[in-house]
Amino acid sequence: MSSHAASSHTSAVVGHESAHDPNLKHHFENADQQKESASIGMWVFLLTELMFFGGLFLAYFVYRQWYPAAFISASNKTDVLIGAINTTVLICSSLTMALAVHYASLGKKQLLVFFLIATLLLGGIFLGVKGYEYHDKWVHHEIPGEHFECEGCQDAGHAQLFFSLYFGMTGLHASHMIIGFGILLVLIFQANRGDFTAKWYTPVEMFGLYWHFVDIVWIFLFPLLYLIDRVGRPLL
Amino acid sequence: MQEHSEHHIVPKRVYALVFTTLIIMTWVTAWISTVDLGPMNIWVALSIAVFKASIVVLFFMHVKYGTRLTKMIVCSGILWLMFLLFVTMGDMWTRGWMGVPGR
Repeated sequence: MSSHAASSHTSAVVGHESAHDPNLKHHFENADQQKESASIGMWVFLLTELMFFGGLFLAYFVYRQWYPAAFISASNKTDVLIGAINTTVLICSSLTMALAVHYASLGKKQLLVFFLIATLLLGGIFLGVKGYEYHDKWVHHEIPGEHFECEGCQDAGHAQLFFSLYFGMTGLHASHMIIGFGILLVLIFQANRGDFTAKWYTPVEMFGLYWHFVDIVWIFLFPLLYLIDRVGRPLL
Repeated sequence: MQEHSEHHIVPKRVYALVFTTLIIMTWVTAWISTVDLGPMNIWVALSIAVFKASIVVLFFMHVKYGTRLTKMIVCSGILWLMFLLFVTMGDMWTRGWMGVPGR
């Protein structure tokens, strides 16, 4: 009787094993549950990131409320055209990332690798432009500190607060992108090796969530750092 | 009750539409910042940003096709961010409303 129970148990396990996907970890019921768990874990991580950036956004709103004149004149030092172009570049990289996930889900390896590389390149262009902007700020002494100068700024002392937040927020955003590059390089290597299939491409999908989140942060940074009080000034 | 998350493949034209909208809205928000709307400028800029972020979350991040649990987690995160921003800013905005006794 006990041997019968044991054998039926074994056969049940074997039956389970025979349908076993090597990427399905044993502590999950099925691939759907595993995928859902990964997705929820990633979202919880992104929410901590949301609160992390949220603190900086709050600091921005509070100081903008306290020193509106300083913020208006200091934010007019940022170049809207460059900001808008960079936003466009980052949205393009979000599209290529979405397409990478799309082709991963169809199991098309070459298109997956192509779009991952495209995402990496577009992200590189974004950071290059950001570097150019930082250099421009450096040349114009717009780095907060002892040698800070802000030509034509009202309340130059508090204008430094704007630039501190500018560098803090764009810097934190850029560091997220640099971390993203590292992960992207690994994903490109793995995708090229053929690690991902239409059934299992969770790392690509989770990285997609991260990359889109970084895009969303920029979607809010662009109006707050570049677009406040442009009234009466030419766009280009 | 386990909600079945079907293997949803979003058609490419959805991505194309979302992408086009994002690009157009980027240049619309840049342009509208030069139009004098008084104190509404910041709110218009933020509304456009919220709209752009929403379509990224719904379509690029697949939340529209996700399970109810995923949707709830995303909404709870946004709720807490709103607490952080609006409770603090509520204080900032209303400090001048009442005089301070003894001052």
